[in-house]
Amino acid sequence: MHNNTILELAHGLRGGEFTSVELTRAYLDRIASHNPALNCLISVCEEGALQEAELADRRIRAGDDGPLLGIPIVHKDIFCTDGVKTSCGSRMLDNFTAPYDAHVVSQLKQAGAVMLGKANMDEFAMGSSNENSFYGPVHNPWKAGSVPGGSSGGSAAAVAARLCAAATGTDTGGSIRQPAAFCGITGLKPTYGRVSRYGMIAFASSLDQGGPMARSAEDAAALLQAMAGFDSRDSTSAEQPVPDYLSALNDDLKGLRIGVPKEYLGEGLDAAIAESIQLALDEYVRLGAELVEISLPNTHLGIPTYYVVAPAECSSNLSRFDGVRYGYRCSDPKDLEDLYKRSRGEGFGAEVKRRIMIGTYALSAGYYDAYYLKAQKIRHLISDDFRAAFEQVDVIMGPTAPSTAFAIGEKADDPVNMYLSDIYTIAVNLAGLPGMSIPVRPVNDMPVGLQLIGNYFQEARLLNVAHQLQQVTNWHGAAPAGFE
Amino acid sequence: MQWETVIGLEIHAQLATRSKIFSGASTAFGAAPNSQACNIDLGMPGVLPVLNQEAVRMAVTFGVAINAEIAPRSVFARKNYFYPDLPKGYQISQFELPIVGKGVVEIELDDGTLKPVGVTRAHLEEDAGKSLHEDFHGMTGVDLNRAGTPLLEIVSEPDMRSAREAVAYAKKIHQIVQYLGICDGNMQEGSFRCDANVSVRPQGGPLGTRAELKNLNSFRFLERAINIEVERQIDLIEAGGTVVQETRLYDADRDETRSMRSKEEANDYRYFPDPDLLPVELDGGLIESVRAAMPELPDARRHRFERDYALSPYDASVLTASKGLADYFEQATKVAGDAKLAANWVMGELSGALNKAGMSLDASPVSAQALGGMLLRIVDNTISGKIAKQVFEAMWAGEGSADQIIDARGLKQITDSGAIEAVVDEVLEANPEQVSNYRKADEKKRPKMLGFFVGQVMKQSKGKANPQQVNELLLKKL
Amino acid sequence: MSLERSDVEKIAHLARLAVSEDELDAVTSDLSNILHLVAQMDAADTAGVEPMAHPLHMAQRLRPDEVSETDQREKFQAIAPLTEDGLYLVPRVIE
Repeated sequence: MHNNTILELAHGLRGGEFTSVELTRAYLDRIASHNPALNCLISVCEEGALQEAELADRRIRAGDDGPLLGIPIVHKDIFCTDGVKTSCGSRMLDNFTAPYDAHVVSQLKQAGAVMLGKANMDEFAMGSSNENSFYGPVHNPWKAGSVPGGSSGGSAAAVAARLCAAATGTDTGGSIRQPAAFCGITGLKPTYGRVSRYGMIAFASSLDQGGPMARSAEDAAALLQAMAGFDSRDSTSAEQPVPDYLSALNDDLKGLRIGVPKEYLGEGLDAAIAESIQLALDEYVRLGAELVEISLPNTHLGIPTYYVVAPAECSSNLSRFDGVRYGYRCSDPKDLEDLYKRSRGEGFGAEVKRRIMIGTYALSAGYYDAYYLKAQKIRHLISDDFRAAFEQVDVIMGPTAPSTAFAIGEKADDPVNMYLSDIYTIAVNLAGLPGMSIPVRPVNDMPVGLQLIGNYFQEARLLNVAHQLQQVTNWHGAAPAGFE
Repeated sequence: MQWETVIGLEIHAQLATRSKIFSGASTAFGAAPNSQACNIDLGMPGVLPVLNQEAVRMAVTFGVAINAEIAPRSVFARKNYFYPDLPKGYQISQFELPIVGKGVVEIELDDGTLKPVGVTRAHLEEDAGKSLHEDFHGMTGVDLNRAGTPLLEIVSEPDMRSAREAVAYAKKIHQIVQYLGICDGNMQEGSFRCDANVSVRPQGGPLGTRAELKNLNSFRFLERAINIEVERQIDLIEAGGTVVQETRLYDADRDETRSMRSKEEANDYRYFPDPDLLPVELDGGLIESVRAAMPELPDARRHRFERDYALSPYDASVLTASKGLADYFEQATKVAGDAKLAANWVMGELSGALNKAGMSLDASPVSAQALGGMLLRIVDNTISGKIAKQVFEAMWAGEGSADQIIDARGLKQITDSGAIEAVVDEVLEANPEQVSNYRKADEKKRPKMLGFFVGQVMKQSKGKANPQQVNELLLKKL
Repeated sequence: MSLERSDVEKIAHLARLAVSEDELDAVTSDLSNILHLVAQMDAADTAGVEPMAHPLHMAQRLRPDEVSETDQREKFQAIAPLTEDGLYLVPRVIE
């Protein structure tokens, strides 16, 4: 069962071939046997999952419908789940049981999805390797000892290892797409404002966006259908109608103009990855698309700009973790300042503290204009690059990441080098555009991701374009050895 | 040396919305600690602010009332600092682009001249919670019920030159926000709070260094604290010292201002636009609808009272000091049909009784309707003004309406001329000497002498005889 | 842009993060490296460019003034480190 897609599983559930309880048990068994080695889940909700599965079975018997009804998934541990530990990968929230559900969680609950557990992640979503988790690194199912990418590394690894049918993730600078690429799965970061951020623990509010991580574009479409939509509790939620993502999957691609930014295929990209990308582009040409070379001239400014905007917002967003109302509190504080400094100093890991300090500095008196304001202006330039590009093309394609998954520990001591893993994904967040990563031909048996970037609110188009490739190739169908 | 005082005020007015500025929690005062602090007010992880439209409408109402520029686009920013009553570690406020820009109000100086005071800006922000310093085993308790209550911070230009002017300005703003119905103005509960920026300089010289005075929770303290601070600064400078820019707390018990050392450290608030909130864009529609629904403002009402009710400028100003009092007066007048009489009673008996009982107008046991009903009985000669005082006391004691009391106590005025004539005759018969004196007396002295007979008649009738009729009859018979 | 240890001490204080004496050098060097990366922004010509705070050009939506929240103190304080009589407790604040 675990090799089936969501739509196949939904069919089986409705046809009475198996129940959601059976399906849930099967995944729980897989989790029990594989999670100790992979470490992709922080919490496993066995009892809750079985209850939800039973409820789903009752709904199915009552004639209720929907592709996610009874489908077992995992949530990135950044989404608040009522009554269930929500750690955000941090010691700070190791003791935090959320008193409410995130919008995404309640939407998926309503759709009948069964929550198997909460996925490991880089602490507060800050990282590109999942090594920054209080709960230890996650192993890439394709190669033990390699990172799964980050920050949604636990979600990506769980989907790749078939420990769940699909997962949720969040993406602030590439945190859905880069791990999707490293783990050989399909991940979509929607347009900023497409998915409500309510109850999703904030890293950088103007960049964060939740999205689906699945084994195919079709599965991602089913998941996004439930996640997307207006939510009055999030002021940045867009009041835009949600199209039927599944029905748009089969549009043909004749005449599709694909922009290939020359900046994405130049220096710094592994040659074998470039070849894999080219192979996929060739497939698109065969499907009737046309390739157009484009330029995104401010691409090189993406990382520096991001490392001002995101830390600035995070420095403020993470001030609420102060040991007073919830979360970690240091022992025996001698005064208020000691309470703050030690609770935060001991509760946060090194990377989180680095970013809080960078952000604090960038916003502080005398530096605001040179850092924060300058970054906001460059953000405008980067956004304009895309605006101009989308006047010429329908979708932009290139690599998701400059390399395949690297070894655990390889970049851990060099934060700046680690930041460069997100070179192709970051600009999409700065502009607020939707982006996707889908598996293409592996390099040395390690997955490679093709990145698809769409215009604002063009998720349906992206899913359609991804799905069409997945109809004529089977790179997305491969399972890592030992997890078939 | 001739010193000049320069004062600017920052006023925080709590807006009278039902729910908080960014959450659906209640703003009601006095609830059990933290029972009105929802996950947004508590700064729980992942929750987000959504702006209350009524807070926006109220801010715009204030702006329109003081003829200020209303920003077509205003932006919320985060003011970052750590404090236990600030759950998120930042206060959502407005910094570069406030919703209300420059405006002006007029204050009346002691000599009766008018002085314009500039309002630099007014912006929306959220209130903080409260730290309770009672002893919890040497710890401080934090109640976040107040956190997230909408505030309008009204910042003045440094236009005031004395504590009296500062008080006049603060009272003016207090009056305006109450008239607009956007703030209850309750200073004891902290709904209306003033901070004063005070500096001194040699007459006409450059601005001196200012101190910010806090904890001025009454107009009296505001005046007192400024005067003390001015003295302190002058003494300091004259003794060769310099004023440092700092926050000083007014201690009413000791009648002094003292430095707040805990806030001494250089603050760096790291303001930046709140990414969880989008720019507030106001179309002309809202501003126009606010303008159309604008209630009558204090100055306009004062002028109307002078004009329509023929009240003296003084009476009109007393009666319009608060919206509640002005409303009360107008209602009573409407029932009684005599504005001058109503004005005298509202400013006299009613205010006196309230003062004596230490009560506010809303708590008055005698409603405007009830007072008007009683005044109507004076107007229609059912009772005299003197008897009315008895009736008022009984109404105050809760004995019922004026008519009920008049009936129950038999206070109805005697207007039957036959009955009055009988009493008059009785009095004249009983005082032959005074009658003959009166008749012999000079014309000029007679009115005064008449008073004796009137008094006797009223006494005999237990005050119920109609004084006018008594006068007429006496004159005739004498 | 390189930071001094004293800069880091100041930043850490503003951010209320305890950074021990032993960590200070490493943190100073890490932060300096990040700022070095960030300094690439300097080369960009941003004259006349509007700062962009939000990816979407939307205006703030306004919520009706309704009380929609009920008292959940018990649930919220069940996860609090230290409370008494419904209050959150912190080390004494001196005013």
